[in-house]
Amino acid sequence: MRTINIPISDETIRSLDVGEPVALTGVMLTGRDAVHKWMVETFIKKTRPPQGDDLEVYNAIKPILNGSIIYHCGPVVAGLDTKQYRFVAAGPTTSIREEPYQGDVMHHFNLKGVIGKGGMGAKTLKACQETPGVYLHAIGGAASWIAQSVKRVLGVYKLEFGVPEAMWVIEVENFPVVVTMNARGESQHAVIEQQSRVILERLLANK
Amino acid sequence: MFDLTEPILELVRLAATDLPPDVEKALQQALKREIPGSAAHGALETILKNVELARKNSTPICQDTGTPIFYVHHPPGWSTRALRQQIEKAVAEATQRSYLRPNSVDSLSGKNSGNNLGGNYFPTVHFEEIDGEALIIDVMLKGGGCENVGAQYSLPHNALGAGRDLEGVRKVTLDAVHQAQGKGCSPGILGVAIGGDRGSGYLASKEVLFRDMEEPNADPELAEMEERLTEEANQLGIGPMGFGGSSTVLGTKITHLNRLPASYFVSISYMCWAYRRRRMTWQDGKAEYR
Repeated sequence: MRTINIPISDETIRSLDVGEPVALTGVMLTGRDAVHKWMVETFIKKTRPPQGDDLEVYNAIKPILNGSIIYHCGPVVAGLDTKQYRFVAAGPTTSIREEPYQGDVMHHFNLKGVIGKGGMGAKTLKACQETPGVYLHAIGGAASWIAQSVKRVLGVYKLEFGVPEAMWVIEVENFPVVVTMNARGESQHAVIEQQSRVILERLLANK
Repeated sequence: MFDLTEPILELVRLAATDLPPDVEKALQQALKREIPGSAAHGALETILKNVELARKNSTPICQDTGTPIFYVHHPPGWSTRALRQQIEKAVAEATQRSYLRPNSVDSLSGKNSGNNLGGNYFPTVHFEEIDGEALIIDVMLKGGGCENVGAQYSLPHNALGAGRDLEGVRKVTLDAVHQAQGKGCSPGILGVAIGGDRGSGYLASKEVLFRDMEEPNADPELAEMEERLTEEANQLGIGPMGFGGSSTVLGTKITHLNRLPASYFVSISYMCWAYRRRRMTWQDGKAEYR
């Protein structure tokens, strides 16, 4: 299995094949529904003015995301009382909910990868070709296993979104994922969807 | 009346961290059907390692510990109000101990309550009075990913050519599995309710998931349909996580409710592979778990 260090170069990103398992090492950020909505409305489409610590947080996460990865994850975190945070369980959440936002977020922050589960659609696939970037599939539900590769929690932003929805800055080592959408416009999800559709139609025609 | 907070806390811990043996066995059988070296095989290997690790460390199998759904079957004389309070206390404590993720979000403000409590439906508790001496509490933790791919069809369904019969039920269920792809954390388990109204149908489609994996349907016609649906869903080739492969569904459970002449609903609850459900039986002052 190839080990990839974060930040990731464009050259490395372009070399990744669909179906290839890789192990990630470096610093990434978690972000899911509330975060993507906040990013797009406040800083990309600017339909909502920055409030509270929005600008401060934006300036803090920009360098973290540049050349890095966003992880669709709402973790179980221990140490909330003492702020000695530790990830207890940290599998991926379903990514397709971020489809309206993801492409814009990838462009804006120069993201090289998105980790989640279930795959994403045409808009994100196009962004993967343009930035370039990849979609990386983690094993859904394997939360205790995945948490082992999160070595340290370096910080957290927007904890008021709630523990699952906050942006956790994490340092990972050999974080296991499979490339399912790549920078050449290939999507394993589109292929499986199409193949299973053909079989479904045959099964529906049967008695 | 006993205070059951502690035994219920243990029930929740078990449900969140220790996958039931029948489900683990089904996952091991699924692993054997996949080709070694394939992404599907790798996914199932990781899933099984995770199950072992979560059990050993008492950590959540999946970080999405879902909506805690309780069914309390109590002999006469128990106070359901007190039981609800004890369940809530146990759920809050389980959250504090990181067995559960804080999952209860105010739908208007977006604020997370932080302790898995909020309103009358979080956690969800159903009560039923039963005969006998034993009090039985079933709990199910169902995550959002699989809940989001649940589906309800009103038959006849023209686009799918599904009429108001078991053949129609088969068609819409396969369509739901196709729509779900890997998004519900396949290989999943299908809970299918035929009939009822929109509310009772969905409820029954979850209740049927309390059945044991290996327990066949008492109705031979439905037993046959359960097997057929599992087999045909697997023919779709969606596989674990939607990576492709032969294990898309681990099992199918069908139930039926009376319906109105005008309505024929088929409600499908998709349960992820992390099929977390446990039972506590409280009798003679002590708890037994399975």
